[in-house]
Amino acid sequence: MATDPASVTPAEVAPAPVPPTEGRPAAGLGPWRLGLRRLRRNRVAIAFGLLFLLLVGAALAAPLWAKHVAHTTPFENHLSDTIERDGETVNVVSFDGVPIGPTWRGEFFLGADPNGRDIMVRLLYGARNSLMIGVAAALVTTILSIVLGLIAGYFRGWVDAVLSRVFDVMWSFPVIILGVALGVSLQLGGLKVGPLEVSGDSLLIPILIIGLVYVPYMARPLRGQVLSLREKEFVEAARAQGAGPLRVMFVEILPNLASTILVFATLLVANAVLLEAALSFLGAGVRPPEPSWGNMIREGVERVATAPHVAIVPGAMLTLTVLALNVFGDGIRDALDPRAKVRMEH
Amino acid sequence: MLRFVVRRLVGMVFVLFAVSVLTFLVFNVIPNSDPAVRMAGRQANESTIEAIRREWGFDEPLHVQYLTTMEKVLTGDLVSQFTQLNVMDEIAKGLPRTFSLAIGAAIMWMLFALALGLYSALKAGKVADRLLTILALIGISMPVFWVGALMNHYLGFKAGLFPNGGYVPLTEDPVQWAYHLILPWTALSLLFIGFYSRVLRSNVLDTINEDFVRTARAKGLSERRVLLKHVLRNSLIPIVTLWGLDVGAVIGGGAILTETVFSIQGVGQYFGDAIAQLDVPPVLAVTMLVAFFVVLLNAIVDIAYAALDPRIRLR
Repeated sequence: MATDPASVTPAEVAPAPVPPTEGRPAAGLGPWRLGLRRLRRNRVAIAFGLLFLLLVGAALAAPLWAKHVAHTTPFENHLSDTIERDGETVNVVSFDGVPIGPTWRGEFFLGADPNGRDIMVRLLYGARNSLMIGVAAALVTTILSIVLGLIAGYFRGWVDAVLSRVFDVMWSFPVIILGVALGVSLQLGGLKVGPLEVSGDSLLIPILIIGLVYVPYMARPLRGQVLSLREKEFVEAARAQGAGPLRVMFVEILPNLASTILVFATLLVANAVLLEAALSFLGAGVRPPEPSWGNMIREGVERVATAPHVAIVPGAMLTLTVLALNVFGDGIRDALDPRAKVRMEH
Repeated sequence: MLRFVVRRLVGMVFVLFAVSVLTFLVFNVIPNSDPAVRMAGRQANESTIEAIRREWGFDEPLHVQYLTTMEKVLTGDLVSQFTQLNVMDEIAKGLPRTFSLAIGAAIMWMLFALALGLYSALKAGKVADRLLTILALIGISMPVFWVGALMNHYLGFKAGLFPNGGYVPLTEDPVQWAYHLILPWTALSLLFIGFYSRVLRSNVLDTINEDFVRTARAKGLSERRVLLKHVLRNSLIPIVTLWGLDVGAVIGGGAILTETVFSIQGVGQYFGDAIAQLDVPPVLAVTMLVAFFVVLLNAIVDIAYAALDPRIRLR
């Protein structure tokens, strides 16, 4: 697995002499083509990337499974129902409260939880919430970081000083602590900004929180790159042609940040999914009965002694998803920007 | 050196102030409902809310509110809305447990990461290296509370190899203390072992190609000596910096999730319980104190670093 920068040999990095592509001067392959080629050669990364897409597909298909295979909903209790297993009739939840384990058939494929709900159905609907929050939060972080990083790096001076201090202060809070603090505060009263009103149990709240707490981790390195890019000749040329700050920032500098942004964004999704799980586990993220992998693990951990499958299933799914994103993200990093130092905490 | 220390400490005071303001804003000013209602928790009647409003001065101007809040946190007369117990007393009770967990885990992950990272770098590209890389990635991808709960269930409860959660004070019985903490330490370390061993591996691979390593080999030093004295030492610098920062982050981050699962009853579990009940005063106090601690630790790491490497003082 070529996930290590040192394993990229000079031969791979040097552009191979190829005929010019249409409309372009003969300058060999562009960095994107080269990156794509290197990524394609990394079969493990590609495989895990496809695995992630598969998981997204499964999440999207949740209603189909619920309706046509499991014949239930993620919220429906089957506490007093019985089910045929090995020719015997068994209770979905036994009289002493132990839920049934995996049946490996349509109904209760992965067993039931202590409330008699179908774990497979909840897992798929939980995947929708967890993945949606992860991707949306990563998007929020990316957009905020790009804008703030560009502004701080381009204008320098007091703007940069203020923004950098704000990042420093946010950096002093471990991400979980800041996430929990915001989660507790927002859950109790929701959010009201002018005409905008978000209720305390809306999924927008974890998205905004997770999106916000990772901003310093991405905005800081972007700012550093902007600081050096703004001194380059092409920026000077653009200014000489009369381009204003907005045009220089978004048309001239931004494209040069693209590979860093892409690398960060992939790994951000992995971290956002993990943080969502941690917040929901602590009770400061997605509120039950709405399923998410984090609060499913929480419910499972409470009953781990009698029904370990309730905890194992969502945790394994979470690990698989984050692993897929991490391996794929590493692949993208090695292909596009092997020197990038990406670091985030959980 | 003295100038650097003074400058760093003055900077630290400013960050501490900013951290306290941010915490205050998060809990008391976020544009939503009445802060008194939030502070009172989920089930509260009119008179409690009114009492809280008066006690915290929520009808006063913002700077007065900030001073009231800070006074409550720093003088230690903060009381939980849920249990009516003093927040600072509860935190002080939990501190030795949280420190035992975090520091033990920090030592554990450093030792394992050193061994595995060095081994992985020496075997770069071979089967052992690939296997370790995959294991490291899996370790990074697992949520600590999930691994912890399963370890506690299967190794502690089912197999009976380890105690099923709980904590014994170090002063009471050091052997039982370590025995009770082995599983939590391991669960908390996994993520960092994965991460640090990979950082170390790539650092070692970078260093091994440096000129001074070639020189060391050329002058006939033994391979062992070259590796330990020249390669490893130079690869360690970035790791040690990370380590200082991560110990702080773990005390406020990973420890919360680990303590709850193993019922260690430290600051983290106290925090976790307060979150579950949406009990604001303990959450506010722990948030602020953890951030203070991280800021303090960062300053100490910087100063120690400047003492070791004079170039840094010039920044």
